[in-house]
Amino acid sequence: MNYLKENIDSLNKKLANGELTADQLAQDTVNNIQETDKKLNAWITVKDEVKPGSDLDFAKSKLAGIPIAIKDNIITNGVKTTAASKILGNYMPVYDATVITKLKQARATFVGKTNMDEFAMGSSTEHSYFGVTHNPWNLAKVPGGSSGGSAVAVASGQVVAALGSDTGGSIRQPAAFNGIFGIKPTYGRVSRWGLIAFASSLDQIGVMSKRVKDSAEVLNVIAGSDDHDSTTSEREVPDFTKFIGQDVKGLRVAVPKEYMSEGVDSGVREVVQQQIDLLKENGAIINEVSLPLTKYVVPTYYIIASSEASSNLQRYDGIRYGYRAKDTKNLLDVYVKSRSEGFGPEVQRRIILGSFALSAGSYDKFFRQAAKVRTLICDEFDKVFAENDVVVGPTTTTPAFDIGSEISDPIKMYNNDILTISANLAGIPAASVPAGLVDGMPVGFQIMAKRFDEGSIFRTADFVERANKFYKQTPSGMED
Amino acid sequence: MEITEDTIKHVAVLSRLEFDESKIGKFTEEMGSIINMANQLSEVDTEGVAETVQVVDRDTVFREDKPEHWQSRSELMANVPDKANGFIKVPVIINKDEDE
Repeated sequence: MNYLKENIDSLNKKLANGELTADQLAQDTVNNIQETDKKLNAWITVKDEVKPGSDLDFAKSKLAGIPIAIKDNIITNGVKTTAASKILGNYMPVYDATVITKLKQARATFVGKTNMDEFAMGSSTEHSYFGVTHNPWNLAKVPGGSSGGSAVAVASGQVVAALGSDTGGSIRQPAAFNGIFGIKPTYGRVSRWGLIAFASSLDQIGVMSKRVKDSAEVLNVIAGSDDHDSTTSEREVPDFTKFIGQDVKGLRVAVPKEYMSEGVDSGVREVVQQQIDLLKENGAIINEVSLPLTKYVVPTYYIIASSEASSNLQRYDGIRYGYRAKDTKNLLDVYVKSRSEGFGPEVQRRIILGSFALSAGSYDKFFRQAAKVRTLICDEFDKVFAENDVVVGPTTTTPAFDIGSEISDPIKMYNNDILTISANLAGIPAASVPAGLVDGMPVGFQIMAKRFDEGSIFRTADFVERANKFYKQTPSGMED
Repeated sequence: MEITEDTIKHVAVLSRLEFDESKIGKFTEEMGSIINMANQLSEVDTEGVAETVQVVDRDTVFREDKPEHWQSRSELMANVPDKANGFIKVPVIINKDEDE
């Protein structure tokens, strides 16, 4: 089964009228992944056998029998979960993340786990212990990261939807690079219980799909409060599909001038400007605004994220689970050797940066200052959202770059996330919807909204999708 | 603040990591440029600004302290990399020779 021309509604219909069986769909999906993944490497684990069962209620659940890809940092009972790290290379969880429990209740089908940057640290899916993932639009390009495997699984038609996680843009940037939709909901909208922690105050599970409505369907299932995660919100979860099919008349759209500056590739800016003009022609009110702190979001993010990572990753000590080094002399040697051999270079870099930022003598200058700048960034967004419904701009400064071209320069790699990081620091929802091509590679249009207003994002993104019909395009790298 | 090889080696000890001598120079250089980027934050006036602790306003969450079913011992032990007789095996912590 290839899903390039399908969506959840079309599949649900075929399953309900007997044109397809869920077992057949699952097996076709596995067969297709095994075939196409030879050149993409979007998966770390693909199940050999999947049995969705014959008792599915297709009228009750849109997701019944629908195969959904899961990023390999989301814990799945009885299925290897590695976070793309050697240190968890053989880890077999004995429980499910809350999002998996909810998807199981909706009777979605799980076919395996997707590739990613190790512990979700990276912007290219080149930092995986299980090898590089390739962009289906051009196999020599990166898919973006860290949810690169999930993005490619959707963009290449291996699945109809996928879960990813977004700490500084890890859903939106690969969505942009692969020409699909990806949404990071408000911090607290979706439970993080069972998500392998990177930076706990920034991490958020979200959805990726070819069609905007499909992400609304999946988010409907996974959103909501959770006793296992005290940061989840008890606010009511609206039916996100209700925001599909609306017009944009009267929608107040802010365009930060910093997001359309010279630092953004001119081709990307042109495609994004076309979307802004389109919104205006259809009755949206466009307001140019300024977010002057944008120039500080990268250092703020790297200090906060690395500090939290250095703390979260201290649990990998080689004792209770995960990789343990051989030939060790004493307990300290077990810790040091297991961590040094088990973590890849990018993870080690961030642990060192985080430990440094939290150490005596650096704490006030780096961590405390970053936490204060974060407050100012939140305030800046709150002011803009007092008068606007959405903030829009490019998702990334350039389309996907060549594999190997940035991996050795951390600063260059970190600057890739300048346009996506703010949403994580402020905890607001944000999405990327495909808007066009530049030199044959997809460009993403980013839409942010105030906390818990994912509805405005779905409304705007669905409008952009209907206007461009980008989903009709097939990734050129997939043609033989 | 200058980042030297000694700074990195010290932080590596705190982080329970060790680096190959041949790579420490390049690593120190990279960390230096990252810290240099982070130094830009001192340009921002944060006088009187509170630190962000939580972006979504929430009160402290309480729950009843009651036991729940959790995984069995054997399930939890399944992931232990080195075990013996149902226990986690670790290297000797107290060195017998030093004791004597």
